[in-house]
Amino acid sequence: MNEKLLQVENLVVTFKGRHGISKRVIDDVSLDLHAGETLSLVGESGSGKTTIGRAILGLAPVTEGTIMFRGEVISNISRTQRRKVARGIQVVFQDPYSSLNPSMTVEDILVEPMAAAGAQGGRQRVRELLDSVGLPSDSGSRYPKEFSGGQRQRIAIARALALDPAVIICDEPTSALDVTTQARVLSLFKDLQEQTGVAYLFISHDLGVVNSISDRIAVLYQGSVVELGEARQVALNPRHEYTRRLQMAAPVADPAKQRERRSARLKLLANDKTTFDTNSAAATL
Amino acid sequence: MSAETTPLAIDTPTAPKGRSVLKRLLTNPQGVLCIAFLLFVIVFGLVSPVLAPYQPNQADLDAVNAPPFSPGHLLGADRAGRDTLSQLMWGTSGTLLGSVLVLVIAVLIGVTGGLLAGFYRGKFEAVAGFITDVIMSLPSIVLLIALFALTGPNVLVAMAVFGVLVSPTYYRLVRSVVLAVRTELYIDAAKVVGLPDLRIIGRHVLWAVRAPVVIQSSFVAASGIAIQAGVEFLGLGDPKQPSWGGILQNANANIYNNRFGVLWPALLISLTILALVLLGNVLRDVLQSSAHNNTLKKSRRRELVTSAQRARTEADRPDVPQEVLLSIRGLRIGYPDGPESVREVVHGVDLDVRKGEIHGLVGESGSGKSQMAFATLGILPKEAVILGGSILLDGEDLLADNKALKAARGHRIGYIPQEPMSNLDPSFTIGAQLIHGLRAVKKISAKDARKHLIRLLARVGIRDPEGVMGLYPHEISGGMAQRVLICGAVAADPELIVADEPTTALDVTVQAEVLELLRELSMERGLAMILVTHNLGVVADLCDNVSVMKDGRIVERSDVDSLFTAPQQRYTQELLESSRRVELLEV
Repeated sequence: MNEKLLQVENLVVTFKGRHGISKRVIDDVSLDLHAGETLSLVGESGSGKTTIGRAILGLAPVTEGTIMFRGEVISNISRTQRRKVARGIQVVFQDPYSSLNPSMTVEDILVEPMAAAGAQGGRQRVRELLDSVGLPSDSGSRYPKEFSGGQRQRIAIARALALDPAVIICDEPTSALDVTTQARVLSLFKDLQEQTGVAYLFISHDLGVVNSISDRIAVLYQGSVVELGEARQVALNPRHEYTRRLQMAAPVADPAKQRERRSARLKLLANDKTTFDTNSAAATL
Repeated sequence: MSAETTPLAIDTPTAPKGRSVLKRLLTNPQGVLCIAFLLFVIVFGLVSPVLAPYQPNQADLDAVNAPPFSPGHLLGADRAGRDTLSQLMWGTSGTLLGSVLVLVIAVLIGVTGGLLAGFYRGKFEAVAGFITDVIMSLPSIVLLIALFALTGPNVLVAMAVFGVLVSPTYYRLVRSVVLAVRTELYIDAAKVVGLPDLRIIGRHVLWAVRAPVVIQSSFVAASGIAIQAGVEFLGLGDPKQPSWGGILQNANANIYNNRFGVLWPALLISLTILALVLLGNVLRDVLQSSAHNNTLKKSRRRELVTSAQRARTEADRPDVPQEVLLSIRGLRIGYPDGPESVREVVHGVDLDVRKGEIHGLVGESGSGKSQMAFATLGILPKEAVILGGSILLDGEDLLADNKALKAARGHRIGYIPQEPMSNLDPSFTIGAQLIHGLRAVKKISAKDARKHLIRLLARVGIRDPEGVMGLYPHEISGGMAQRVLICGAVAADPELIVADEPTTALDVTVQAEVLELLRELSMERGLAMILVTHNLGVVADLCDNVSVMKDGRIVERSDVDSLFTAPQQRYTQELLESSRRVELLEV
């Protein structure tokens, strides 16, 4: 549990905007992910949570700082190097519709990572993967459009598992799913972690979802980490003002408790005039 | 999240599998006709060494200017006594070779360039873009004639150059498709598993561009034939080799001696071009339409609509209590499943909303909850069919009378959509849209409308309403856009608001504010509301009564407190359990 698997140090990501004005999307973020744990990044749109995940995956540019995986630097390296060093980091994306190529069969989708890594596998491995995510073993010959959103997300999880990764970056993997499907996919994530010891960097906008799956939570606001700590503490007894607002804003599926929370939230807002800019004129995205 | 509300639109048109494309091409009469004709032309050219009655340029002096159907010369002969049929047959292979050459060269240059430019962008794209602009500005026919001075009569070289000249059309087409595909997440996923770029382009990107390239090729082949015939007609072809354009030129020069000579080459050229163009259209239909064609026959649709209308007029007016504002009775909605059949997705649902009541409609994707909302507003997708039932607003059936629906919509029923941004027109200012919307349903001067709306914008929590009136939608945040739409929905003082997942696209802190606003507005104005959502927390926060929908039926309905404390149905319990699992109960 104590091995530092993934280290993000003083990460800065800037995107070039129009007229050469660059925008600092991630501002000096440092995180560690230990083997077998789940660390969550939670924040609202524009907080930069997805960008951190993409930077780790080599899909967003790292302007400053370093990202290390098992002690080796993986920021700003070529794809060929990445294939050697960082194949232990895989991903599950938010949108199960666009993350699977509609013209490939499930088997082709699952074989692709193994072929890219030159790993042996083939049909037997595909069956194992399908089995581990709870899909029928004959799904291989079918196309993604024959599956529901939740099933597609299972295919995406199977693809991430294909190379036996040490870390999976989960970028809002349940936010496009129905609430009952979400519950099932979340427990699949937990089961897989127990079986394989994989670590998750779990990215979500929903503090509740994050609380149910994480060991630790980092709260992001406008590109910086404002609170980082043990999951229950951050989610249920937040220290930072912004986290507290996030917590109070999440409605509870119980009218009586929700009435209490509502009045508590209004009281909190009345006492505290710090604005967290939810009504600003410029779109933050 | 769009999957949440439009379960029926999930089947996006993807390129279907190869076998079915060919099958559908061959079941299309126009497609079969075109393919048959093109095959005939190919065979016509290929068999000329064996079947052509005469050698190329073989003259039969007895048959000079022979009319069609003379013995030994089915299509007649030209002024040198050469058999027209044989000449056309011998000329075909040259024409086919020429258009294949055009295709190969244009596809090689254009597709490769488009793939690389679209995938890597950067400097290559800038340079390639400049080159294509230059090439496209060149007049191709003039260039080909100028080329004649350099190369002499060599049609193949001319066609190769023409291939280069049309390659920009492929380049532009492929580049635009690639630009769309490269942002797909499956490309990112392929990068993450370590696939080299070449494999990504070959496996994922090339596959996406193949359909548009095939369609385009049909049109390019047609223009290749036209250009080649044109060049030959101008006399730039090899006079020793028979060619379609050359035969046409000879016949044209000889038209006073043999009136029918021009007919055959002209017919062959025109029909081949026509077949290719029509085939291109058929290919477009087959490759780019959705995999299964689910359009309902017009007659069948009319039949269904009239029978629903008859049932409405024959049945007794349902007995609706006085305090009920909106009453949905036995609503059935279906979607076409084939030309004759309709799949029902909402199965006879009843729903009453009292004045001032906030009624939650909860369910998962595909449960039909949004269909109910859309039917109330009369904004169901075009292909949807209302199979039966009534929607009564104060006793008046909106489904029976389209005029009543139009009068009620916007005026008595307001609408708050799920995606605030896509519901604002990007080319008009906020103020212009709001004023236009209000004046469409209410007799009010522009000045008064403006004043009224500024007051209302301030009410919905916009800090600088006058400033915001002058902004364009892209200049405001999602939360603000939703406030603007709420302002628009309540502007005409409606009695009922239909809100379709009004907070799903918003951040949780903004969601809390919008829910607060909706509650206040409802209380201030005595507004009734149908709140469609999948979020039980939102229901608990805002609603008075709840209907739980599953598979097009309402499975449970009660007041909000008893639903959450004592859910009766297994499905409701499961929903509650699932959402409580991810909840932050302790404060």
